[in-house]
Amino acid sequence: MTSDDLTRLTITEASRLLRLGSISSADLVTAHVDRIERLDKHVKAYLRFTPELWEKQAEEADRRIRQGDAPALAGIPLAVKDVLCVRGVETTAGSQILRGFKPPYTGTAVGRLFEAGAVMLGVTNCDEFAMGSSTENSGYFPTRNPWDLQRVPGGSSGGSAAAVASGEAMIALGTDTGGSIRQPAALCGVVGMKPTYGRVSRYGLIAFASSLDQIGPFARSVDDAAIVLSLMSGLDPLDATSSDRPGMEVLNNFGAGVKGMRLGVPREYYDVKGIEPGVKDAIDAALFILRQAGAEIVDVSLPHTDYGLAAYYIIAPAECSSNLARFDGVRYGLSEIDAPNITEEYLQTRRNGFGTEVRRRVMLGTYALSSGYYDAYYLKAQKVRTLIKRDFDQAFQKCDAIVSATSPTVAFPIGAKTQDPLSMYLCDVLTLGGNLAGLPGISVPCGTADGLPVGLQVLGPQWGENVVLRVARAYEEASEMKAEVAGVV
Amino acid sequence: MPLSKEEVRHVAMLARLGLEPGDEEFYADQLSGILGHIDRLQQLDTEDIPPTAQVVAVASRLRDDEPRPCLSQEEALANAPAPVNGFFRVPAIQEET
Repeated sequence: MTSDDLTRLTITEASRLLRLGSISSADLVTAHVDRIERLDKHVKAYLRFTPELWEKQAEEADRRIRQGDAPALAGIPLAVKDVLCVRGVETTAGSQILRGFKPPYTGTAVGRLFEAGAVMLGVTNCDEFAMGSSTENSGYFPTRNPWDLQRVPGGSSGGSAAAVASGEAMIALGTDTGGSIRQPAALCGVVGMKPTYGRVSRYGLIAFASSLDQIGPFARSVDDAAIVLSLMSGLDPLDATSSDRPGMEVLNNFGAGVKGMRLGVPREYYDVKGIEPGVKDAIDAALFILRQAGAEIVDVSLPHTDYGLAAYYIIAPAECSSNLARFDGVRYGLSEIDAPNITEEYLQTRRNGFGTEVRRRVMLGTYALSSGYYDAYYLKAQKVRTLIKRDFDQAFQKCDAIVSATSPTVAFPIGAKTQDPLSMYLCDVLTLGGNLAGLPGISVPCGTADGLPVGLQVLGPQWGENVVLRVARAYEEASEMKAEVAGVV
Repeated sequence: MPLSKEEVRHVAMLARLGLEPGDEEFYADQLSGILGHIDRLQQLDTEDIPPTAQVVAVASRLRDDEPRPCLSQEEALANAPAPVNGFFRVPAIQEET
């Protein structure tokens, strides 16, 4: 087996070879580091690397494998989005305002994967504070799509998606506030999953919009995504929104196939404005395969779809304007503390530290919450959120899961949407409903359009991760559409 | 509803965001475009619809109030831009008279 072959494995395959003694965790790390050295100057998935961690963690994994008590992810190479705190590792949320920040603790989701034996390779690039759909809003540099380096990988977790797609990591963590795991997974041709709100603790996540944010996995198979999700789920006393439901329940019955299941196709999603013909063709083919596998495809409706983006772009910016108030130049990060007075200190710190998109959203959210506008914008949006959630509740009366495209388009050229924020926001029109309603959702590869990956989205009712995974796995098996590793150059 | 340059200045000050030359026009234009899309929310009758306060029903949990390990003073100050004698240095909030 060549070094590059080791960067194409899934967790299941790698774990078997590790336990057989055919390869070591150190071999896996070396293979991935070699590939990163060759490719990442083109893809630019990573912001920084963690050699001290990977050496220590791989050594520990190899020791435990030799002793025969290897945990589930022993030796599995992991990349972590730059919004998840890891003790002593510079974590910046893709922002200049946090340059140099080294968290004094490790967040729960990452910590649980470390306990399960994962080996961290590095920190991946993202849109600043996870605000964006292309990773072009990173305060450092844009990441490129491994399938076409002139195109975006999607976002905001674009670095994590690109790392898994290019064989620069076996699995990765991202966060999804409006589609930031599922959309880049679709554009890069990998599996990406957003859990139910409350499934995974956010302790140690640099918050963007707290009523929407969730942490989830990127992987090259549905099984791998399911394993990673199950290991990081479950109650955490350090996050009051985390549920006490057992993490392992996400695996319940998930290999049972789709025979007899009812899968809803919302007409508003199927015919969404701006959907590319090639994407629609790929979804039609996927629906055909699911029907052949025994699912019943039913027509459902989400009548308030047209209002989702508007509600989201009040709620998310309002929450971000509050969350980002903590960046005041006093406790951490960039600081203009020698300004002549306190107001100037705040103004200068935040002007010099935040990029254009973050400033845009902080202002939008501040406006929506400001005196005289609260009822017209924020309260109205939260009422519309109720209507959107009811749409999903009603749809799930008629079906077990909802299927659609993840993104209306394939990966677009770098720069194509940066001048028009609304066009960028529309990238998430099929994913953000799942966040507003707190639902679990996954994107799995479902072929290509014009040579670029297309993603199939499966949404389930709250706490229905096992249903979502079951449909995704059945599709993956029936279509033989395994996520492939991009050749890059 | 279009946003004026004065409103951009007002909102930026509320958010403590310093503006650069040209920012007022830039953000007035862009935020007006986004608010133009958002205005469609007003088409919906939401008179009797309760706002979503919490999307997933999770009851508050209580825990015993017991001392637990926490960050040391050194760790808590490790990222401080300007620590002084074991404290965070903060900008003065009162002027000398």
